[in-house]
Amino acid sequence: MERIFDWFLLHQEMIYIVLLMIFVGIEVIGRVPSVLHTPLMSGANAIHGVVIIGAIIVMGNASSDNYLALALGFIAVIVGTLNVVGGFVVTDRMLEMFKKKK
Amino acid sequence: MGYSILSIAYLLASVTFIVGLKMLSNPAAARKGNWVAALGMGIAIFATIFLYKEDGKPLSNYGWIFGGLLIGTVVGTLAAKKVKMTAMPQMVSLFNGMGGACAALISVIEFEHVMQFDANLAKLLIILPGLIIGSVSFSGSMIAWGKLDGRIKDFAFRGQHIFNLVLLFAILAASVYLYMNLGNDSMLLFMMILLLSLSYGVFFVMPIGGADMPVVISLLNSFTGVAAACGGFLYDNKAMLTGGILVGAAGTLLTILMCKAMNRSLTNVLIGSFGGNSVVGGGQQVQGGVSKEISLSDAAVVMSYANKVMIVPGYGLAVAQAQHACHDLEKLLTEKGVEVKYAIHPVAGRMPGHMNVLLAEADVSYERLIEMEQANEEFPSTDVVLILGANDVVNPAAKSDPASPIYGMPVLDVELAKTIIVNKRSMKPGYAGIENELFYRPKTSMLFGDAKKVLQDLITEIKTL
Repeated sequence: MERIFDWFLLHQEMIYIVLLMIFVGIEVIGRVPSVLHTPLMSGANAIHGVVIIGAIIVMGNASSDNYLALALGFIAVIVGTLNVVGGFVVTDRMLEMFKKKK
Repeated sequence: MGYSILSIAYLLASVTFIVGLKMLSNPAAARKGNWVAALGMGIAIFATIFLYKEDGKPLSNYGWIFGGLLIGTVVGTLAAKKVKMTAMPQMVSLFNGMGGACAALISVIEFEHVMQFDANLAKLLIILPGLIIGSVSFSGSMIAWGKLDGRIKDFAFRGQHIFNLVLLFAILAASVYLYMNLGNDSMLLFMMILLLSLSYGVFFVMPIGGADMPVVISLLNSFTGVAAACGGFLYDNKAMLTGGILVGAAGTLLTILMCKAMNRSLTNVLIGSFGGNSVVGGGQQVQGGVSKEISLSDAAVVMSYANKVMIVPGYGLAVAQAQHACHDLEKLLTEKGVEVKYAIHPVAGRMPGHMNVLLAEADVSYERLIEMEQANEEFPSTDVVLILGANDVVNPAAKSDPASPIYGMPVLDVELAKTIIVNKRSMKPGYAGIENELFYRPKTSMLFGDAKKVLQDLITEIKTL
């Protein structure tokens, strides 16, 4: 139990961010027209690709003789990049369709 | 110095995520918003590569990192550019699964680290949720992808919900046990949790009907957001945290909004097993149903002498890639003085907004696309409704038959129009697997065939009139 309290204290700042971001996230897309549901989902999908940063850190910290970590980290970087790049490009392609006429 | 620049870069990235998401929910600014977020992402990624330090040591293995980035960028760009407009939903699901896999892999490596060097329980408290949510999101997204791509059929067995609950409970129990008894032999248990989580993702999505896939993808999308946020805790990284939680929250709300557009509750989607139950319960047999066919030339005559034609596009149009032919027909009819509009059901196709994107690709003018409420007002004054590969969104059972699995979903009231022409490939029921009584109504006539071919033939017929 005490561990959990310690953890709470240690991450106080982060927990505040989490709470605030939940409200921001809800507020920001509150009035989206249904036409934009798909591109918005796709855009949000690209944004959570930020997990790639974690993959980069893991990869960069792996010691050069730890082949398991190197291999897994390498795959993590690839799939993370796929998420980011693919996500943004697909979203752009969808939105391009909307823009042409106006 | 480097560290403060890194912090500023992360702050900048966080702001671009919020602003980008905000712009994405506004039609005029959406495209720019996407690039704003992408820019922030780029800044965060490169700042991490060059400025991140762990215990005063910069990152190493640059070759691996850049190699991975390069492969991911090339493959991701190609896949995203090559994919057909109709296959967009699967693509989003696939990319979402990649993000989930990334989060799960990070957890696996970090766990190995914890096992080797420090039995850091505070870290473990983050590693485990990252692993579980990430892998559920990965395997779930893969199943959703397979379903939308037609590779995987709906599958449910008796008591699956109980089974799923037991599975979920097992995952949680094993995690708590692992946390309490971290030791040298914990790797095996950790791998078991990984396997259980992966199979939970499979069993979670399997019974959910194909028509509900967009909702599921949106939900898994917010899962991946949360998994990414776990990484934020792990590395005390604010950009990962804000980005992840932002998507987690916005994704959850978006899921609920999508459900609302279909007039269904989220629990209904998740527990209801759309496809599974309807085979047994819903979908009453249409009594004495005889549908009648219409010839191409008759259809051509009826349409070119109408005052107002309303086109109802559905997934069949998307599959046949018939959006351009559809636009040609619209132009031809307009030249003949017919008023042509498109009635867009919010969930026509496979995703909300899918039809708008598709028709916009074919240069159909935005003003011609009208939403469901307005379309329903205009149907009584419409002479011909041309339904192109849509089925469930025009099924009157949604209003009249409480036993139907789609009961309560708002539908287009096409039967208010004078004539209804339905183009389908066959009499097979639609995606939700239910019969459509509309096809047997006296006002309705069927025009069988592939949407693109039928439209092209229609155009030739009208031209020769």
